[in-house]
Amino acid sequence: MRNIFLYIRRYATLLFFLFLQGLCIYFIVNYSKYHQAAFAGTTNKITGAFDKQYNKVEYYFALSRTNDSLVKANEMLYNKLRSNYNLPDSSSKTIIDTIRQDSILIYKKTTYLGAKVISNSISGPSNYIVITGPYVKSFRRNMGVVDVNNNVVGVITDVEGEYAVVMSLLNKDSRLNGKFFKGAETSGTITWDGETPNILSISNIPKSDSIKVGDSVVTNISLFFPKGLLMGRVETVKPEKINNNLKITLRSAVNFNSVEYVYVVENKDAEPAKQILDKVKQDSK
Amino acid sequence: MSVLVKNILRAVLFMLVQFYVLDKIRLHQMVTPYLYFLFILWLPFKMQRGWLMLIAFLYGFLLDSFRHNPGFHAAACVLIAYIRPFLVNIFIPQEGADNNFEEPSIKSMGGIIPYAIFMTVLCFIHNAWLFLLEAWQFGNIWYFLVKTVLSTIISILLIIITELIFVRKQKFRTNTV
Repeated sequence: MRNIFLYIRRYATLLFFLFLQGLCIYFIVNYSKYHQAAFAGTTNKITGAFDKQYNKVEYYFALSRTNDSLVKANEMLYNKLRSNYNLPDSSSKTIIDTIRQDSILIYKKTTYLGAKVISNSISGPSNYIVITGPYVKSFRRNMGVVDVNNNVVGVITDVEGEYAVVMSLLNKDSRLNGKFFKGAETSGTITWDGETPNILSISNIPKSDSIKVGDSVVTNISLFFPKGLLMGRVETVKPEKINNNLKITLRSAVNFNSVEYVYVVENKDAEPAKQILDKVKQDSK
Repeated sequence: MSVLVKNILRAVLFMLVQFYVLDKIRLHQMVTPYLYFLFILWLPFKMQRGWLMLIAFLYGFLLDSFRHNPGFHAAACVLIAYIRPFLVNIFIPQEGADNNFEEPSIKSMGGIIPYAIFMTVLCFIHNAWLFLLEAWQFGNIWYFLVKTVLSTIISILLIIITELIFVRKQKFRTNTV
C-alpha cells in the first residue's frame, strides 16, 4: 500500500499530464457530447459576445461588397416590375408563345442598367453627375436616371467613352415634366432655382388645385422615365401674386448629397418614337 | 508590473491576436499560423509543473472554445507545458540560472542559439501533436507532415517578429538563492 502511494507521488506530474491528455482526447472523440454539456453553453455565450463585436468590424470592411450585391439584386427586381411591361391587350389578337418561359420579355419596355456615381456636385448652379459602369456602352442621350430607391435623379446629357454625364435635377437648365400623384393630377415643369440643394420648384399649377404640404410629385408619361416615379414632395405652397398660379417648392426625393449608385432607365420605345417625331416635324415644315 | 498582471495581459492579447487576426489569414490550406502558445513558453521558470499544465490546458481549451472544436489545442498546449521543464533543464547555462531570471528569453537562456533551439523544438512539438490529432481524424500522413513543417516555419517567423517588436527586459535578480 505504501509503495502505491510513493509511486503515485513520484509520478504525480506524469499522471496529471496523462490525465489532461486523456481529457483532451475524450473531448475530441466525444465531440458531439461536448456540445450538449452545460459548460459548452456558457463558453459559447462568452465567445459569441466576442465574435459579435469582431463581426461589427468585419462587416464594415465587407460593406462595399454587400452594397454591390444589393445593387445587383435591386437591378434584377426593378427589371421585373409590372409597370415596365406593356401587357398584351386581350382585345387584340396577339398570339403569345406560352411555352417560352420569359415570353413576356418581348413586351418589355423598360430596362434598368446599374451604374456607379464617380463624381457628383451639388454646390454650383449647374450640377452634373458622372457615372460609369459595365453597361455604359448602351447608355444614350436623354435616358432617364433613377437612384437605388427608384426616385428620379436626372437625365443623361452626354456619353463619352466609359463615362456618362447626367444632368441632375439640381441644374438650372433641367426641365422635367412632373405631375401630382393625387387629386387633379395637374402636371408642371420642375426646375431648380440654383440656390438650395434638394429644394426644387414646380410651375404652372393653377390656384384652383388644392395642393397640400407633403403631396408627392411623380413623373408624367415621357420617353425618359416610366410613369409614376417619385420626384419630390411638396415643402411649401404660396399663391403667386401676379398670375393665377401657385408657387410651390418641393423637396427632392433623392438626397443628392449621397448618391452612390444609380440606374439608367432604357426605354425601348424612345428611339422609334423619336424617329417618328422627327419625321413629323420634317413633314410639317 | 507584477508577474501575474503581465501574464494575464499576455494571455488575453495572444488569444485575441490568434483568433481574430491570425486565424483569419488564409495563406494556404497547408499553413496555419500559430502564435498563441508563446504565452505558455514565456511563463515563469518558477511555476510548478502541475500548475503549468493546468494553465496550458485551460488556455488551449479557450482557443478550442473560440473555434467550437474542443480538445485539439488543449492537448497540444498540455504537451508543450509538460515538456518545457525538461528542455529548460537541458538548455539553461549554469546551475541556478532559472532562479536568477524570471522567464525564458535570449538573455536568461544564455545566448540566442539555446533559446532558438528551445523555441523551435517546442513549436515543432506543438504543431506536430496538433496536426497529428487532426490528421488522425482525416487519416492522411502527408497532410500531417507537410502541414507541420510549413506551419512551424511560419510560427517561428511570427515568434521572431514578436520578440523584435516587444523587447522584454530581463532583470538579473540575485545570485544568492
